Amino acid sequence: MQSSKDFDLSRRTVLVGATASAAIAAAPAGAHAKQAGEPALSKFSLKVNGTAHQLELDLRTSLLDALREHLHLTGTKKGCDHGQCGACTVLVNGRRINSCLTLAVMHDGDEIKTIEGLGTPDRLHPMQAAFVKHDGYQCGYCTPGQICSAVAVLDEIKAGIPSHVTADLNAQPQLNATELRERMSGNICRCGAYSNIVDAITDVAGSQA
Amino acid sequence: MKFDTPATTNPIDQLKVIGKPTDRIDGPLKTTGTAPYAYERHDVVANQAYGYVVGAAIAKGKVNAIHVLDAKAAPGVIAVITHENAGKITKGNFNTAKLLGGPEIQHYHQAIALVVADSFEQARAAAQLIRVDYERSDGKYDLAAAKDGAEKPKAGGFGGDPDTSVGDFATAFAAAPVQLDATYTTPDQTHAMMEPHATIAAWDGDKLTVWTSNQMIAWGKGDLARTLGIPKENVRLISPYIGGGFGGKLFLRADVLLAALGARVAKRPVKVALQRPLIINNTTHRPATIQRIRIGTDKDGKITAIGHESWSGDLPDGGPETAVNQTRLLYAGANRMTATRLAVLDLPEGNAMRAPGEAPGLMALEIAIDEAAEKAGIDPIEFRIRNDTQVDPEKPSRPFSQRQLNECLRLGAEKFGWSKRSATPGKVRDGDWLIGIGVAAGLRNNLVTKSAARVRLDQRGIVTVETDMTDIGTGTYTIIAQTAAEMMGVGLDKVVVTLGDSSFPVSAGSGGQWGANNSTAGVYAACVKLREAVAQKLGFNSADATFADGQVQAGNRSAALADAAREKELVGEDGIEYGDLDKKYQQSTFAGHFVEVGVDAATAEIRVRRMLAVCAAGRILNPKSARSQVIGAMTMGVGAALMEELAIDKRLGFFVNHDLAGYEVPVHADIPHQEVIFLDETDPVSSPMKAKGVGELGICGVGAAVANAIYNATGVRVRDYPITLDKLLAKMPV
Repeated sequence: MQSSKDFDLSRRTVLVGATASAAIAAAPAGAHAKQAGEPALSKFSLKVNGTAHQLELDLRTSLLDALREHLHLTGTKKGCDHGQCGACTVLVNGRRINSCLTLAVMHDGDEIKTIEGLGTPDRLHPMQAAFVKHDGYQCGYCTPGQICSAVAVLDEIKAGIPSHVTADLNAQPQLNATELRERMSGNICRCGAYSNIVDAITDVAGSQA
Repeated sequence: MKFDTPATTNPIDQLKVIGKPTDRIDGPLKTTGTAPYAYERHDVVANQAYGYVVGAAIAKGKVNAIHVLDAKAAPGVIAVITHENAGKITKGNFNTAKLLGGPEIQHYHQAIALVVADSFEQARAAAQLIRVDYERSDGKYDLAAAKDGAEKPKAGGFGGDPDTSVGDFATAFAAAPVQLDATYTTPDQTHAMMEPHATIAAWDGDKLTVWTSNQMIAWGKGDLARTLGIPKENVRLISPYIGGGFGGKLFLRADVLLAALGARVAKRPVKVALQRPLIINNTTHRPATIQRIRIGTDKDGKITAIGHESWSGDLPDGGPETAVNQTRLLYAGANRMTATRLAVLDLPEGNAMRAPGEAPGLMALEIAIDEAAEKAGIDPIEFRIRNDTQVDPEKPSRPFSQRQLNECLRLGAEKFGWSKRSATPGKVRDGDWLIGIGVAAGLRNNLVTKSAARVRLDQRGIVTVETDMTDIGTGTYTIIAQTAAEMMGVGLDKVVVTLGDSSFPVSAGSGGQWGANNSTAGVYAACVKLREAVAQKLGFNSADATFADGQVQAGNRSAALADAAREKELVGEDGIEYGDLDKKYQQSTFAGHFVEVGVDAATAEIRVRRMLAVCAAGRILNPKSARSQVIGAMTMGVGAALMEELAIDKRLGFFVNHDLAGYEVPVHADIPHQEVIFLDETDPVSSPMKAKGVGELGICGVGAAVANAIYNATGVRVRDYPITLDKLLAKMPV
């Protein structure tokens, strides 16, 4: 058991760790924090859509904000910044994650694929083309996350990774609507394009099979 | 163009482009992440600083002191905006509460400060350093407790009169052999659109430009100018892509105002997105309702008396949820009454959310109809058909321009397998699941409002449409392109559509499912003007000229369309304006919603298994995007039925579940394959497009169809939404 004092300290340690000036900012009101220096920066590299980027960013920068605000790859969306909506889904070393829930500095050397790396308006990825064909989007804001998730879901099923609705953990997971809906449920679409999104993914899965 | 007599044959009727299930023209941008939303406009102005919003931590009271020195001294901070340095702020015409609070606080998470810093991380960290001394006042947060003190609201707005009465309701109801008298509740709901409200603001001298996310460009421009006390012509508002609105982005909100104030003080462009946990209490929501419905019928199930009363609450000077309105129109009955009452509550501002009025109103009314039909011993579809009306039942001299509700219900029944439904609840099982089927009618009015556009023709034969209309996911880009292509006789590849810029002609905007019909009618009018200019330039009589395949033809003469603009671009600008056809005719859209649910016999877990909507909504301009509007609305209807509820802390006065984890909306696993059928219909009374809207019709009645299906599955009638398993469990059949 930690004492509350311990907890307080460890919590503050996390905050302080984020910026060299935080300890001073937490000092009595009116402290001259401004002279206390700039945020703690860290140098690291990300390989995004095949291109290596050397970055020097505030340690507190999420992977999502590194992409959107620093690399100007704004296809990845910020819907909640709390890991609740899935709009920020990207592929890191081939696996999908919520890029808002991870700090950019933790990904030194990682290979990141974003929606921009899947295809372009003139050369759509098959999943992007299927979303257009099946009208699997409306406002478009959750769409990049849905598409990145969908691409990863097909790979996960192919790799034999089970889900909550997989009946037999020892058998190859089925590629059916129930599995797709379960695996896509971390990506919210408030416009309600779900029925069309499942049609789009099924279409791509069928043509890959 | 004045539209005051029903449309006759016009170029839209060719249906070469209109009416086709075309893929959205903005699809390649949206699916590749290259459609630019407000917060993402790194391209438009350099040196953008970041704003972070601080919301009030009390629901009502005042700020005695706001300590910002630590925040101002924090690394990277450029400015801190509060009521003390914001200058004079006037409340917008469309706002009920002020967008920047202090010293008075009107609701929880009302914005009280904006921290502007070089980076988002710095602004966020500094915002935590602001300390506020509050003085909390007592407030009212409980609709049920405030109900008896509720008053009759002022008439006006989209709701019309708060109360109506025809015949002698009380006497007829008392005399009716079949009587239903039941009370229903719907909770507060939030739009939860995926894109947070977001704005980049930049000043150039006294001129302000905002790149924002807003459904109604002209309203936003006007209210931003008013709020800041600057001339309207000094404000430009740009909103080409909007990550969902559902009514939550109809109005100027705090992101726009604070970005503008921040940019003024910081002397550089500022971008602000409302943080997700702030949005629910900071912005508007769909207010909760308490609804009492009384229905009296004769022995044959003909309604003789129908009464609907609704109570809702809002901040002082706010408005009611107009939940009784559909009851004025949906069913016949000689004796009728409706009443709307409004209580003062100190919760965040109540306002429009997808199908305001009808969505919660039908959630109650269409359960009541199911109950009345059962009491009368009549199938609920037959009951609705027997009580159909082809005229406004409150003003029988006004016919419906089109009303195919019976056809929707009959076709839906056939397609959905209604004949297999057990009239006795709780009788159908599939393994552990109790199976039920439910139906509800949907009604949503067609609102006509003026809308303008400008259409350009260049020497390459490219037709460019400019209007401040918005596409909030509705498919506006595509249907406007289809309209222009049809009118000018070109392919979609020759049409460019530019939207959402206040420097363009003022459109209807996106709200109340009025966008599609009105904005395309405005483009139609502008194209008529451009056709005249083209014909004149080519020396053709415009009345005889036909436009097809990039050619203009009159008699035996023909010329390429592009030739008309060879020397100089041609421009047509006009708008649609309406006469009194909406007074002479009741213009509405109709749906029959069908839902099958399974309810786990042991746990009462509810799963939606099948859904069908049959819609009669005038000409469907693009069946693909229209279908998406309807399935999306059906999905939101499932949310309303089964999970969506803002939980109120009635001591401190705020919505507790104020993020996307706490406020549950449907996810993939909640939604089955959905079917939509559009009846073949054109409505020449509506506009030259002969179209109406579908985006809100799709949600109207869905919640009740789910509720009625649950009743059919279990025999448990729940009248308080959302229908969660705890409300079923104690009464489940053994």
